[in-house]
Amino acid sequence: MVAASFALYIGVAIWSRAKSTGDFYVAGSSVPPVINGMATAADWMSAASFISMAGLISFSGRDGSRFLMGWTGGYVLLALLLAPYLRKFGKYTVPDFVGDRYGSQVARLVAVVCAIFISFTYVAGQMRGVGIVFSQFLNVPIEYGVLIGMGIVFFYAVLGGMKGITYTQVAQYCVLICAYMVPAFFIAFSMTGNPIPQLGLGSTVSDGSGTFLLERLDELCEQLGFNKYTNGSLGKFDLFCITAALMVGTAGLPHVIVRFYTVPKVRSARLSAGWALVFIAILYTTAPAIAVFVRTNLLQTIPNQSYTDAPQWFKDWEKTGLIAWADRNDDGIIQYTKGDLFVSKAPQGAEANDEIAYSKKPVFKDNQVGEFGQRLVKNVLKDGENELYIDPDIMVLANPQIAGLPNWVIALVAAGGLAAALSTAAGLLLVISTSIAHDLLKKNLMPRITEKQELRAARISAGIAVCIAGYFGINPPGFVAEVVAFAFGLAASSFFPAIIMGIFSKRMNVYGAVTGMIVGITFTASYIIYFKFIRPDLNSESHWWFGVSPEGIGTIGMVLNFTVSAVVAAITPRPPKHIVQLVERIRVPRGSGEEHEISA
Amino acid sequence: MQIKKSNSSYWRRNLIYLSVLLGVWFVVSFGCGILFVDELDKYHLPGTGFPLGFWFAQQGSIYVFVVLIFVYVWLMNRLDRKHNVDE
Repeated sequence: MVAASFALYIGVAIWSRAKSTGDFYVAGSSVPPVINGMATAADWMSAASFISMAGLISFSGRDGSRFLMGWTGGYVLLALLLAPYLRKFGKYTVPDFVGDRYGSQVARLVAVVCAIFISFTYVAGQMRGVGIVFSQFLNVPIEYGVLIGMGIVFFYAVLGGMKGITYTQVAQYCVLICAYMVPAFFIAFSMTGNPIPQLGLGSTVSDGSGTFLLERLDELCEQLGFNKYTNGSLGKFDLFCITAALMVGTAGLPHVIVRFYTVPKVRSARLSAGWALVFIAILYTTAPAIAVFVRTNLLQTIPNQSYTDAPQWFKDWEKTGLIAWADRNDDGIIQYTKGDLFVSKAPQGAEANDEIAYSKKPVFKDNQVGEFGQRLVKNVLKDGENELYIDPDIMVLANPQIAGLPNWVIALVAAGGLAAALSTAAGLLLVISTSIAHDLLKKNLMPRITEKQELRAARISAGIAVCIAGYFGINPPGFVAEVVAFAFGLAASSFFPAIIMGIFSKRMNVYGAVTGMIVGITFTASYIIYFKFIRPDLNSESHWWFGVSPEGIGTIGMVLNFTVSAVVAAITPRPPKHIVQLVERIRVPRGSGEEHEISA
Repeated sequence: MQIKKSNSSYWRRNLIYLSVLLGVWFVVSFGCGILFVDELDKYHLPGTGFPLGFWFAQQGSIYVFVVLIFVYVWLMNRLDRKHNVDE
């Protein structure tokens, strides 16, 4: 099934190869809105959305809303504040807009650097995702998995450019949404008697007791000593800031914005943002349902059960290291309650060695099993009662097995995870290659190159970018996972205000925008670096400013950016007349077709 | 001059639409889903097991987002035609 899905992608790519730079960068601006919406959805939903999100929500209960609202609400901002105007402006990239609107090469360069940085951190995570899916499902080592993934992406991104990517992404969306929904239908039906997960979530459990599913889950959580599922534990202001940072960050991500250049008209840009959100919402309203189904199932079957009687899926996933059980009291019974199992960092004076390990994730002793057949871990255990480690990713990956579904569904989930990772990786690689070939070479370093040379440069840089991404996928620097989450904060505090003010304020000038971007991104980056890398020991609510975590600080950075820009712009000269005319032109839809002819 | 005047009233109307739609956007997500979630959780969505605030946070706000974009598309298409700036 995985091979069949790959063959499909390659077939689509050959059928839709790019012939000009316009094709390569923006698919000749001729993609219908529904198709573009679907491609945007696949582009946007990464391996993290597909594999990890349901699990994250499952373990954080109502606090998980920040991901759900944060990663969908941004599309409203995109549709209303950005997409139509950027489409009217009609050039290829975000740096193009920033550079032309503020009439400054410095501004363009700052934007290029931000775009490349954000895209690279993101794409490394995707390649890693490809490797993990291969190794979990197909028993291929992660390295080979990454290489195969690189080969596929290389083929259609380099050959087809935006045009190839768009049509493959449509195919990938279909694969990934089927893979997500099929197990969800089955598990919803078996738990609540209603096959629609969104409705099943609000229904009664199917054992005839008349208890609502959410009530049952709350009861189970309380009995076992967890927080009540439908209650939150994060601070309100922090939750507010994180959600806002994710929303604004979404609207500021270059690989999402560039998609709205691919449609023929302003009208279609607005419409395709709507379609994109429809296709995204299908997955995003299902994820919280899966989270509840699997968590309930887990709490009903595992705690206080003897290990020897545990279901087969429990032992299968223990083999892959996504589950670990440390029998503290040697009674052979799995105790599962609140609290981390492992000590994640070595305390002062202690050091890890061959026998003991400090890590959030389980580190197993080679080929050693305990009395009941469980794999033994080297990790130092934290004080407490809990004996179980469960990786959040398992919620989606093990779902078909937990629900007792046939093997072809499991293969479908593998194909879906790959589709999610590959589609996002391709979109990001395109941003990188466009930034290098178009923004750096054509607009900065070598303005005289011909279209043919530019197209070749774009293909070469896409190729090089695939290799670098693959390298980071095989040898992930420890900070990738951390940094991906912050790409949003950085996008929120840099791009978003500069673009918004470029459209909605005629008064905003280059001085305001550039100082704003620099202040915003410096502030956000230093807050994050301080708490995540310099003093991780201080990374707790009592030390944060106003209780805002590093994940949410992008919101404050954005406010700061807006304020600084407004003040600086007010005391520096007005922008020149041709810039004001440019702003007036992008505010009305008519003429977007011609605009593009001139620039192409 | 006529065109310029028409364009500026087009823009003003656009800003009014934006502020109303973004107002709704803010109320359903940040309002119902975060700030007043505990108050709303005292009620349930009729006929279901959803506490109201929880439903807004994990389901309702997303549905409203989708509706908002399509309402915006419809309003703007009408406005474009009225001010003769459509394509």
